[in-house]
Amino acid sequence: MENEKLSLPNYNIPEDLENVVAITTLDRLYNWGRRSSVWPLMFGLACCAIEMIAAQTARYDMARFGMEVMRPTPRQADMMLVSGTVTKKMLPAIIRLYNQMPEPKYVVAMGACASSGGPFKEGYNVVAGIDKFLPVDVYIPGCPPTPQALIAGMIKLQEKIDKQSIKKVRWYEKGKVDSNYVPMPVLGPDLIDVRRNAEIKQAASQKTTQESA
Amino acid sequence: MAAPASTQTVDLVARFPDSVSADARPGYTGFIVKKENLLEVATAIRDEFGYDLLTAVTGVDYIAENKMEVVYHAYKTTGGAGLTFKVQVDRVDPVEVPSVVGIWAGADFQEREAWDLLGIKFTGHPDLRRILMWEGYEGHPLRKDWKEPFFEEEAKPFKSRWPDGQHTFAENKNPFRDNLKFPEGFDPEAYQPENEDDLYASLERFRSKGENDRLKTDHIVVNMGPHHPSTHGVLRVAVTLDGETITGLKPVMGYLHRNHDKIGERNTYLQIIPYTDRLDYFNSMSNNFGYVTTIEKLMKIPVAERAEYIRVIMAELSRIQNHLIFIGMLMNDLGTMYTPSLYAFEERELVLDIFEAVSGARMMCNYFRFGGVVRDIPDFAMQKIKDLVFDRLPAKTDEMERFLNENEVLVARLKGIHVLNAEDAIKYSVTGPVLRAAGVPYDLRRAEPYSVYDRFDFDVAVRHNADMMDNYLIRFDEIRQSLRILEQAIKQIPEGPINSQKPAYQVRVPAGEAYGRIESPKGELGFYVVSNGKPNPYRYHVRPASFVNLQAVESMCIGAKIADFVALLAMFDIVMGELDR
Amino acid sequence: MYGKGILKGLSVTWKRFWDTYTEDISWMVRGKKRYNTQEGIAHRSSKDTKGIFTVQYPEEQLIQPEEFRYVPFLVYDEGEEGKKEIRCTSCGICAKVCPPQCIWIVRTNDPSTGRPVPVPTNFYIDMDICMNCGFCAEYCPFDAIKMDHDFDIASYERNVYNLEKLLKPASYYNSIRPENAAREDEARRAKEALKAAKAEAKPAAAA
Repeated sequence: MENEKLSLPNYNIPEDLENVVAITTLDRLYNWGRRSSVWPLMFGLACCAIEMIAAQTARYDMARFGMEVMRPTPRQADMMLVSGTVTKKMLPAIIRLYNQMPEPKYVVAMGACASSGGPFKEGYNVVAGIDKFLPVDVYIPGCPPTPQALIAGMIKLQEKIDKQSIKKVRWYEKGKVDSNYVPMPVLGPDLIDVRRNAEIKQAASQKTTQESA
Repeated sequence: MAAPASTQTVDLVARFPDSVSADARPGYTGFIVKKENLLEVATAIRDEFGYDLLTAVTGVDYIAENKMEVVYHAYKTTGGAGLTFKVQVDRVDPVEVPSVVGIWAGADFQEREAWDLLGIKFTGHPDLRRILMWEGYEGHPLRKDWKEPFFEEEAKPFKSRWPDGQHTFAENKNPFRDNLKFPEGFDPEAYQPENEDDLYASLERFRSKGENDRLKTDHIVVNMGPHHPSTHGVLRVAVTLDGETITGLKPVMGYLHRNHDKIGERNTYLQIIPYTDRLDYFNSMSNNFGYVTTIEKLMKIPVAERAEYIRVIMAELSRIQNHLIFIGMLMNDLGTMYTPSLYAFEERELVLDIFEAVSGARMMCNYFRFGGVVRDIPDFAMQKIKDLVFDRLPAKTDEMERFLNENEVLVARLKGIHVLNAEDAIKYSVTGPVLRAAGVPYDLRRAEPYSVYDRFDFDVAVRHNADMMDNYLIRFDEIRQSLRILEQAIKQIPEGPINSQKPAYQVRVPAGEAYGRIESPKGELGFYVVSNGKPNPYRYHVRPASFVNLQAVESMCIGAKIADFVALLAMFDIVMGELDR
Repeated sequence: MYGKGILKGLSVTWKRFWDTYTEDISWMVRGKKRYNTQEGIAHRSSKDTKGIFTVQYPEEQLIQPEEFRYVPFLVYDEGEEGKKEIRCTSCGICAKVCPPQCIWIVRTNDPSTGRPVPVPTNFYIDMDICMNCGFCAEYCPFDAIKMDHDFDIASYERNVYNLEKLLKPASYYNSIRPENAAREDEARRAKEALKAAKAEAKPAAAA
């Protein structure tokens, strides 16, 4: 971990004090603690979940990264590993789980399906990528990613955590109670993203006028 | 080779001259039954002709002829060829067909699926709700005139990919900028979502009347899943409880419904192979096997001799690792967290190394082709297979048995907990190890041998107590039998080409229909394919073992304790990729 | 005796635990390194593996078989002065055979004649749709598209690769799949020799 990367550029630190200034060292300590104990949510969706389990077993052993503590409850988890195809029917459950996770929380899209819908993208019951609803931190391509590829992705996530600064992170911002809250989608004639109600209404009515014109 | 379906052993037309006719379309087999006489004929098929196992029920939308067809495949648990019969109805809403649930209870979920995806209403069905999609969903997706939100073209390959293939996201082509489609003039703010009253009402079905007269107790409804650590994926089960006893239970599925059938009907025949990998994602080799055998049946092509042996070797290795994982996962469900499954995964990794060496991928092998396999087994991989089969796996199976079988806690949890007796298992069309643990020696490798299974000397693993202990032990028996088959296959494998056909990315499949089935580790895996001579199938349907087996879970768990439920569910070894497709 | 079965089971776990140390000692006695060596990793993936089974990625890496496939890439031959001679002729077979249809190819047209030139203007693969089936590589008649061994491609953005990002030199391909590359080179050379022989035979026959 490069110490220089972590110090904020707008703090003019004398060269000989670089490793002593509090803002840098606290960040480092804070991030080191978080990166080494990322607890994933025990949450498998599809094929990728099997590779996720395989990555937890003896041969790959994610415990070496402090990631072996799979929590079945979202309230104790730091990271949601979206491991598989996200279907429209499943999406409300995923959003509910995500909203229950405490900050800081990370989302990793494991495999093609979670990233973009993957090979099933064209399907009528498939959400074209979890990033339509949740902020994804790392995308891991592969169908499914091998356990080693998953670990490589986890290392990328750790690098991302390393770069965060305690002063700038969203979960300590003032005035935002739950900065990452996602409203629950509704299962109607098709999946309804309630944040986009107006847009959906407009698009649905436009189609009618186009066809009648 | 499997006996072709054309060798129908019964003459239904002679028995019912007025209501049954033979299906005379070229490439088709079986009988067409008049809708009004369906129940009468079906009863005779079960009782007079002895076809006690209804394996597959599915619909086909013949839009050009303005007809909907329901296809039934019935078999005998004593083995032999099956009987295919169909009902044709006009494609005018509501499309109604009498339900055969009263004759074969195993038609339950599959009829619900046909209602959900094709909009065929089964009159007399006790609980006809949508099964894979949710209540309130617009349309019946598998109908030929129903288009998906990201619909591009009728069939692959899409023209927009070449020669002028500028990359675009499919989202940008959709008016809703997402994989969405709403009816015209839809107003999301005014929409009231449907509730799940029907589901909770159906939970009461099994509760006997007057039960509450003696002592008034409250029944509580518990929803397990879709996010639950022990439901083997995203299955949801709604349970009513009286204290700790289960009084009502309904599985709710579709949380991993990935539209396998619809996508398959757009794919070319070859393109479906990698999609089948993702059905039962523990056993991609078996899925490939089932699919290619079905298409080979349709194409009427031979399979290279060496390839047949390679296929058997891969399918049996796959079965061994699947059963080992089953044991590990069952232990997880019983509370023996991790250690047995860690041991099981160790052996699985070694088997997956072989898959990786021959096919290139650990899980999604995509290894089978029409007429053979992709490539020969490299020498070092063959050596590895021999090492595992003759050396490591027998020893490790013994070790696993020593590790677990006599464990007092395990015995107390498993012994004497009734799973399913033979009669109920057949009634609910249950196949695979659960049926065999109930004392029915029904194994497709014997009952209707496919590939080269008729050349191997092995026993069909059977146990008779039908309790959880037998269901658990039968997996060890099956591992041992698989090892026996593997030993013979390795010794007998001939030299020669690995594919009888030239490599081609487009195959010609003559018009017709075929139902192919294999014994996957979970039970009978069937594929029903209708071809109209075009490069992509007209109808492509998967009959998954997990989905059909799960029908029995309701009657099986009523009266059991909630603590046993997770283990009972584990007995079916369900995989959501296959269950929901 | 009640509890005998549990003790019997525990003896298995105890043996597994103990094996790790006996293995370590036996490797030490033989003067070999068990960790961070190819030999050690190979042994841990063989039938004789005992005790510790972990391959500590990223310090160690599993030995990938030659056929291992992850995502596709395009092969180019290194011409003179570092010129990239792309093998792809933009025939479109990979785009046609691709099951999830994640390959987009822009064919080049000669501006003077308007006829297609056998080289792609651009080539896109949406890596987040790709299902790693390997059909593109299997059916490519020009050995131009191949499956990569490199799996460390996770990123913070969606992965849509263009021609530039997809291209990798033939030397790289030869290094990851030596046997396949040798076989294909052989076949190509044989084909060219046949072609040359035919070309020679033709004028001879005419004369």
